[in-house]
Amino acid sequence: MQPDDIKSNILTTTLESAVNWGRKHSLWPMPFGTACCGIEFMAVLAARTDIARFGAEAIRFSPRQSDLLIVAGRISIKMMPVLIRIYEQMPEPKWVIAMGACASTGGVFDTYSVIQGVDKFIPVDVYVPGCPPRPEGVVEGLIKLQKLVETEKFSDYSTTRGK
Amino acid sequence: MVQGADQPMDTERMVLNFGPQHPSTHGTLRIIMELEGETVIKGTPEIGYLHSGFEKLGEYLDYNQYITITDRMNYLSPLCNNVAYALTAEKLMGLEVSKRTEYIRVLMCELSRIADHILNVGMLAVDLGALTAFLYGFQLREDIYDLFEIATGTRLTTSYTLVGGLMRDIPDKFDEAVIKVLDNVDVVARDIETLLNKNRIWQDRTKDIGIISKEDAISYGLSGPMARASGIDWDIRVQEPYSRYEEFDFDVAIALNGDVFDRYLVRMEEMRQSVKICRQALDKMPAGDVMVDPDLGFSLPPKDEVYNSIEGLIYHFEITMRNRGMTPPIGEAYVATESPNGELGFYIVSDGGRVPYRVRTRPPSLMNYSIFPKLIEGHMLSDAPAIIGSTNVIAGELDR
Amino acid sequence: MLLPKIITKVQDKFPSVTLDTTQFAGEDIIHIQGSYNLDVLKLFRDNGFNFLADITAIDNLTLGGFERFAVVYHLLSHETAERVTIKAYVPEDQPELPSAESLWKTADWQEREIYDLFGISFKGHPNLIRIMNPDDFQGHPLRKDYPRLGRKERDDFPVVKRGINKEAAQ
Repeated sequence: MQPDDIKSNILTTTLESAVNWGRKHSLWPMPFGTACCGIEFMAVLAARTDIARFGAEAIRFSPRQSDLLIVAGRISIKMMPVLIRIYEQMPEPKWVIAMGACASTGGVFDTYSVIQGVDKFIPVDVYVPGCPPRPEGVVEGLIKLQKLVETEKFSDYSTTRGK
Repeated sequence: MVQGADQPMDTERMVLNFGPQHPSTHGTLRIIMELEGETVIKGTPEIGYLHSGFEKLGEYLDYNQYITITDRMNYLSPLCNNVAYALTAEKLMGLEVSKRTEYIRVLMCELSRIADHILNVGMLAVDLGALTAFLYGFQLREDIYDLFEIATGTRLTTSYTLVGGLMRDIPDKFDEAVIKVLDNVDVVARDIETLLNKNRIWQDRTKDIGIISKEDAISYGLSGPMARASGIDWDIRVQEPYSRYEEFDFDVAIALNGDVFDRYLVRMEEMRQSVKICRQALDKMPAGDVMVDPDLGFSLPPKDEVYNSIEGLIYHFEITMRNRGMTPPIGEAYVATESPNGELGFYIVSDGGRVPYRVRTRPPSLMNYSIFPKLIEGHMLSDAPAIIGSTNVIAGELDR
Repeated sequence: MLLPKIITKVQDKFPSVTLDTTQFAGEDIIHIQGSYNLDVLKLFRDNGFNFLADITAIDNLTLGGFERFAVVYHLLSHETAERVTIKAYVPEDQPELPSAESLWKTADWQEREIYDLFGISFKGHPNLIRIMNPDDFQGHPLRKDYPRLGRKERDDFPVVKRGINKEAAQ
């Protein structure tokens, strides 16, 4: 092997950015679709706006096998304990997209039984506005999240694990 | 040694929790199933995971505002909800809308029905392992979404009707776009039927599954395709026509066995009949306004007037202000419409104020789903998705 | 036309039970005493009104009526396509009336819903528990004296944090 070959065939990078690069392009979403946004999320998966192009088509309905929780739809007081449980079951590192107005803020449903934004109780990374958002909006949210995934730092993991 | 069929296998009774977050529960259903082996002895549905207080909200929003809430009820066919609510409010106020309005409403309702049925059939197929039918169907659904977007400005939450008319008229050349999609419905329907109808697996998994008798259908209050698949000749569009359905020529699809397969067949046929109605509506579309006379005090003025004249602006404020606005007489009205799921009724009680005193939705999903414990009894666990899929439960409408 | 005949029949048979019969927008409404609802419903069912379309309730707190609560039955005849509304009134201090589950199975879930949202109980119902709200929910949200925003039920959950410290990462 010539020295020139090494130059053109080997990339140097940090382990951190290599891992983040891998994670970013293979997010496995767990769709928590409860209402109208769930129907639009189906459209995101279907032929026209195919999120396989962004590496996020591997929908897993088991929280233990996914790292991206997409809360699509309004969350009622009866459903919130389920959502918290599912969030806790997901392995770290994990991210959350609040899809639509209801998941982000409660939307038009300012009533006794609707949680006024899931971010009151679980951390949310990306909010996608709309009621429901267009499929393109969800893709935009996914790209935003991918940028966020790039900023993950290994140093955070060791210091705060188990807290 | 293999145990013979005459010797019952001694298995422990197991309780299985199905949902509320499970891919084949269509949202937020939860069923607690008692199993013996793979046979379901008892299935107890638990609902309410999407209870959002629609009816409470209805007591605080005025008649036009609540239309946006009805979108989010049956989100597979929001336009049918819009129309049903507008019809009830109009009955309460004694308003008569123009013929053009009614024809456009019929056209939109039938397009929604196609979109609803195609998704339902697709999802049922997905639950039983046939992904292709879903992808074919969803392409058609996207085309219908595009039509809605042209006419109403949005894909899903349309809010197209107002009390006394429509938000706006359909644009020019809309009919050409509709016909293009309608031509495609038949192709897609044929594709799906070719894939499924004679498919051995499909037949095995849907025939004789979840049989509903005629008596049960009436006792449990079933309506729509669920009732018609059990041989009940009842279609509100024919028997109690609203919105000028009596002027359209179409057949009511009825099946006799009442199983999952028949419900699927009824839905497929209803789509074809809807295409027929849509074509007639386009052919006979009358000219005219799509809003009742503004002088009656029930309708919002046209937007050009609001933005370009002081009188229009004042009038707009008057009608939307908290202490003014449209006030119906004291009374109550119930209107039943044929939504894709069955009898969608609204019951509004008015105390003469700006907001309704009570708004009740008669959700077809609730009644259609209430027969589930009876249907699942004695079936295999794997039949549960088929039965749920064929009832077409929409959680937003079920729990409200 | 079945309806006029049956209404006269009801008035003849149960004169003290029938409080009033009214009409609005072409709909017939029969107002009855709550505790006798089964007798009236049965008479309607046996005379062609075979389909119970809907059961709901109204809290008459500010509207006024014979009693605080009215349970509303919407009946439909598949034969003649006629509809009728029956309002059964129940008092505030004892909101209870017989269950229609024995006549129509569809009453099961709908009566549970009324029990949940209005706090009206049904005698003889096989399984009268909450259906929409969680089991530990206090109060009955569709009553007029229940606030729309609830009594802090929607704020009463534990706050969960991400295991990995996010603030430091950003």
